[in-house]
Amino acid sequence: MAHLHDEKIKFLEETANQIRQDIIEMLYEAKSGHSAGPLGMADVFTAFYFHILNHDPKNLGWPDRDRLVLSNGHICPVLYAAMARAGYFPVEELKTLRKLGSRLQGHPHRPWLPGLETSSGPLGSGLSQAAGMAYAALMDKKKYNIYCLMSDAEQQTGNIWEAAMWAGKHKLNNLTAVMDRNNIQIDGFTEDIMPLEPLREKYEAFNWHVIDVDGHNFEEIVGAVEEAKAIYEKPVLILAHTIPGKGIDFMEFDYRWHGIPPGIGDVKDSPPKAEQVKVALAQLRTLGGKIKSEHQ
Amino acid sequence: MPLNPKIKFAENVLDKSKVEQKTTRLGFGEGLVIAGEEDKNIVALCADLTESTQIHLFKNKFPERFIEIGVAEQNMAAVASGLAASGKIPFIASYGMFSPGRNWEQLRTTVAYNERKVVIGMMHSGISVGPDGGTHQAIEDMAITRVIPKVVVVNPCDYHEAKKATIAAAKHPLPVFLRFHREKTPMVTAAESNFEIGKAEILFTPKEENKIDVAIIACGPLVHNALLAANELENEGMNLYVLNNHTIKPLDEKTIVEVARKAGAVVTVEEHQVLGGMGSAVAEALAQNYPVPMEFIGVRDQFGQSGEPNELLEHYGMGVSHIKEAVKKVIKRKA
Repeated sequence: MAHLHDEKIKFLEETANQIRQDIIEMLYEAKSGHSAGPLGMADVFTAFYFHILNHDPKNLGWPDRDRLVLSNGHICPVLYAAMARAGYFPVEELKTLRKLGSRLQGHPHRPWLPGLETSSGPLGSGLSQAAGMAYAALMDKKKYNIYCLMSDAEQQTGNIWEAAMWAGKHKLNNLTAVMDRNNIQIDGFTEDIMPLEPLREKYEAFNWHVIDVDGHNFEEIVGAVEEAKAIYEKPVLILAHTIPGKGIDFMEFDYRWHGIPPGIGDVKDSPPKAEQVKVALAQLRTLGGKIKSEHQ
Repeated sequence: MPLNPKIKFAENVLDKSKVEQKTTRLGFGEGLVIAGEEDKNIVALCADLTESTQIHLFKNKFPERFIEIGVAEQNMAAVASGLAASGKIPFIASYGMFSPGRNWEQLRTTVAYNERKVVIGMMHSGISVGPDGGTHQAIEDMAITRVIPKVVVVNPCDYHEAKKATIAAAKHPLPVFLRFHREKTPMVTAAESNFEIGKAEILFTPKEENKIDVAIIACGPLVHNALLAANELENEGMNLYVLNNHTIKPLDEKTIVEVARKAGAVVTVEEHQVLGGMGSAVAEALAQNYPVPMEFIGVRDQFGQSGEPNELLEHYGMGVSHIKEAVKKVIKRKA
């Protein structure tokens, strides 16, 4: 297990909370987009952009940087918020999400936003791209790591398993995939729509090393990435078990919040649309009491 | 002088029984080796078709830069994108039916939209694949690739041009789709003739400049049939242009409009569906710049079937006689 000191954990938790607030505000401003996935992955993205990645937001083309490839492009609000808070571009630009002429496209468009590693949206091809990057790094004896953040539902595509098979064949030990195991997709729960389990055994059968983590526990996330670096003979999958909509009571675990933003429509058992943004932000802003290090 | 004296032609180009024949895919394989010698960042990927794509020539020369993907064309396209992101210049090759047939979205999103330079070798294109039948005859590939923004699509007419196009593709800044065929086809050009992506070549020039009957605009190995048809028609007293329009995108609108303006009628010739192919691209350009009557030689909204290559080309209306008929028909439509 990683040893993050309490101050660091508190910083990461507060940063993730800020990123969640950014996500709510961006989505409300954009009037469309996905809510549950970005909120559920806020802790994982915070761990990467504020602790794990060897990167430099002020030196974008740095050839030896770690690469973070987002495969399920629809959760890009969390990517954009993390990048802005990490210093890649001004935080004010987050409000341009999904607007005409914005660098923050509804799904990531790499050529327009320096710092992105790829364009994504159509599901299932990020792992192949990350595997290609990992293969090139091994060819050139480069030391950087490649991280592919992907969703659980995109495991339903064939392309993912083509990539998993190929990465296993080549023992791409510099490739770590992180799966957002939040159990929801647009049409419902993954295990109802098209069951994915047993995911661990599937990846192990494809010659991957698999680590399960609580996707909201920074010590576990960071610890798993450190373990991954120590695995030399295989690519690594981190199964990050997350709560979709994490941090906002009325969105948590509810697949109906997968593909819609707050404040545009009434959802049964959620606050009326006019109240949703206010309630969500109020919950996040008072989350201070839940931050772990303050209990200690 | 029917054959344009500025062009360096293969020997016996107008004599089908004597002209040398080689495959365009061999041109790709040999061109890739030359490109690989010039640039060590070039890598080659294949999906279990190493020999029939002729990529084995690169594999034999540079085994450490050859990457076998297995039967997984979607993975091949997206892995190539990742390699391109890391300083490599990937060439991927499979049959046109599978790449871009099966992996079109990965090519669009992770390569073209993502602005990653990858060269895509589309092998065994056209109906002349022959006995393998309709499942393996890619006759929609130019349509589905040329609609993608910021890419290049080239269908070389012979072995030499295939080799030159492959070498040129390595140096071009955009993703390039290169279309090749299975069978040996007649040499049209000589090794030392010019080739430039995006520049159509006038192969056949009218005897009398002031009374030109028609311009035949062709691509791929059917350029040879177009030349044979033109030669026969000239002997019958006609004045014609034949254009080798190897680059479907970006289209050489300037040359196409110029010959259409002088001829007043156009016949396009391609081993592809008429819908959406090279002829469609020419029609789009002419409709906007200089509309003239047009006839289209190609497959007419059908699937292919098993048969011998030349038998199929005749059956589906792409023989020399069909080109001649189309010329006569379009001339009647001239105002």
